[in-house]
Amino acid sequence: MTGLVFLAIYIGIFAGAFLIITRVVQRTNNDYTSLKTVTFGDESAVRPNRWAGVISILTIFVMWGIFTGSSLLPSFLHAPGPFLGTSNFTYTAEADGKRDDATVTVVVHPREAEVEEPVIEAGDGFAKNDVATVAQWRNKLINVSGNDEISKKDGARVIAINGKKIAPGGSVRVEGGVVNLSDKGTPNFVPAKGWQMEPLYLPAPEDVWARTGQIIDEGFRNFTLFEHLGFSLFRVIVGFICGAIVGIPLGYAMGLSNWFRGWFDPIVEFMRPVPPLALIPLVIIWAGIGETGKIILLFLAALWIMAIAARSGVSGVNISKVHAAYSLGASKWQIMRYVIIPNSLPEIFTGARVAMGVCWGTVVAAELVAAEQGAGMMIMTASKFQNTDIVIMGIILIGVIGFGIDMLMRAAERFLVPWKGKG
Amino acid sequence: MTGLSIENLSMRFDLPDGGSVQALKDVSIDLKAGELLSVLGPSGCGKTTLLNIVAGFLAPTSGEIVLNGKSVHGPSAERGMVFQQGALFEWMSVRENVGFGPSMKGMPKNDKRDTVNHLLDVVGLQEFKEKAVYELSGGMQQRVALARCLANDPDVILMDEPLGALDALTREKMQSLVLKLWKETGKTIILITHSVEEALLLGERLIVMAPRPGRIHKEYRLPFAELGVGQDLREVKKHPEFATRREEILSMIWDMEEEIMGRTEASA
Repeated sequence: MTGLVFLAIYIGIFAGAFLIITRVVQRTNNDYTSLKTVTFGDESAVRPNRWAGVISILTIFVMWGIFTGSSLLPSFLHAPGPFLGTSNFTYTAEADGKRDDATVTVVVHPREAEVEEPVIEAGDGFAKNDVATVAQWRNKLINVSGNDEISKKDGARVIAINGKKIAPGGSVRVEGGVVNLSDKGTPNFVPAKGWQMEPLYLPAPEDVWARTGQIIDEGFRNFTLFEHLGFSLFRVIVGFICGAIVGIPLGYAMGLSNWFRGWFDPIVEFMRPVPPLALIPLVIIWAGIGETGKIILLFLAALWIMAIAARSGVSGVNISKVHAAYSLGASKWQIMRYVIIPNSLPEIFTGARVAMGVCWGTVVAAELVAAEQGAGMMIMTASKFQNTDIVIMGIILIGVIGFGIDMLMRAAERFLVPWKGKG
Repeated sequence: MTGLSIENLSMRFDLPDGGSVQALKDVSIDLKAGELLSVLGPSGCGKTTLLNIVAGFLAPTSGEIVLNGKSVHGPSAERGMVFQQGALFEWMSVRENVGFGPSMKGMPKNDKRDTVNHLLDVVGLQEFKEKAVYELSGGMQQRVALARCLANDPDVILMDEPLGALDALTREKMQSLVLKLWKETGKTIILITHSVEEALLLGERLIVMAPRPGRIHKEYRLPFAELGVGQDLREVKKHPEFATRREEILSMIWDMEEEIMGRTEASA
């Protein structure tokens, strides 16, 4: 139900923003690429709309705020929240042919807060008034007959709530929630949950932000936030560099020598489709859960990718270039140095980008399994203690760093191999 | 003796299915130093195989290449090659591409710089020398390729359809440039082309090859290359003999193509 409302609002924002931006804000757009009659289906004519990108990101945070009751948003934007406050309902007890009504006062309080039960009058008749407290998003069985003159043991039964008849297993809507009658005849008060997410499942953005600040200041599990992230990055970089140092020469050898190609092809082609995550158990058995194991794992993750990239970089050289170099008087070694290596660099960079991405994913997964520090360990430990805010913070940071790595690799590629794709 | 002689060259390729293709059979050509030869023929007649053997990229099944009295094996700087396209080193600037041969030989820096500057002047690319080659147009790239080849001062220049990928206008300009370079440098040039006009314009001698097996079908001596030096090539094309020769060679090639088609249909 909440999911559908969520989806409807999201689609509404998408369509609304589309109409407003394209019909009102960008109306004077008369370039010929937007004449879709001639360019429809032409992929080169499709450019990401900047407005759409900005609104899309804003929408995610706004939706997050709406459904968590974020204090960053004005309260009229919030989705209906869970019930908070005091609710009353009456129950009708029947015993020995007599009936009597009594009132139950329920105080619904925030989860972390402790509240005192209000003092109430017992009332008249054999059924006495009751009082109970319940936390938001929880429910409570209220033993209404416990203080009654004729209790359940003596045959008293609850037959109606707020005057509406009820049998065990039935339910009645009351102010601020629902009363279910259990199979044994005890009323169970369920406060209304509203449409917001429980903080246990999705904390509000400002809570995540506040927790981030706290972790930056105080650290998490004996290490600062930057140490956790730094450990993950360090493992990725060392593993990747080791993989590249072995993988690139291996790929070159495979691209240049029949014997190397024949010898290593089965190994590389077999290891390439094995997901690095599947190696975690074996690496733990062999090298334990310390740094060595993780670096071996990342080395293996990067090795095959780099070997294959270097191999295809070498095999991809246009034979005319090699012939041209020969007929210009170059020796084999000079052709290697001035033709084959530069020609293979764009492929190697593409491989390096892929390998860095795979290594980053693998290190997080390896840390989920076992680690003393690292981004993956942080979110795994936090999840065990139900610190959802830390989990979300960790996921966002992992995403940002992964994105940052890719951006850096792309910038390096543009700077170091500007001839990529120009041959 | 100076010059290039191709002696009884035969080339047979073994096919993976056990058969073989006779790409060249008993091809003999004698070129004096400074001669300009164009080679023409239908596709599959072994033109490129011939050039690759002369360049040393392929070893012939039988026969020999003799350059300046010495039998040659394998590629070397004395036989420079200009390819159709894609053979420039895009990780080097125009200047570095032209200076590639001298660098490989270890020519002193100053000499190399002078050679490169001179050749960039000759091909008219002085102001582009620091550009990356992929920033140049197709015609300019081929001028870089010519300059790169000349920088090594080879005895023979082999051209494998060097102008094949260019548009008509650029092509005409490049044809003039090739003639000018030929006259100024006095190099022996073998040029392979698909275009009959180009073969006529750029051939002091012209060889028409026939396919299956690749062999020399007919040889001409033509005046047009000499006429074309320093003259508008469109004027050369108005020469009465030009049209006759063009028609003659075109119908010769047409006949060969039809014969191939006929044979393929008959065998099929």
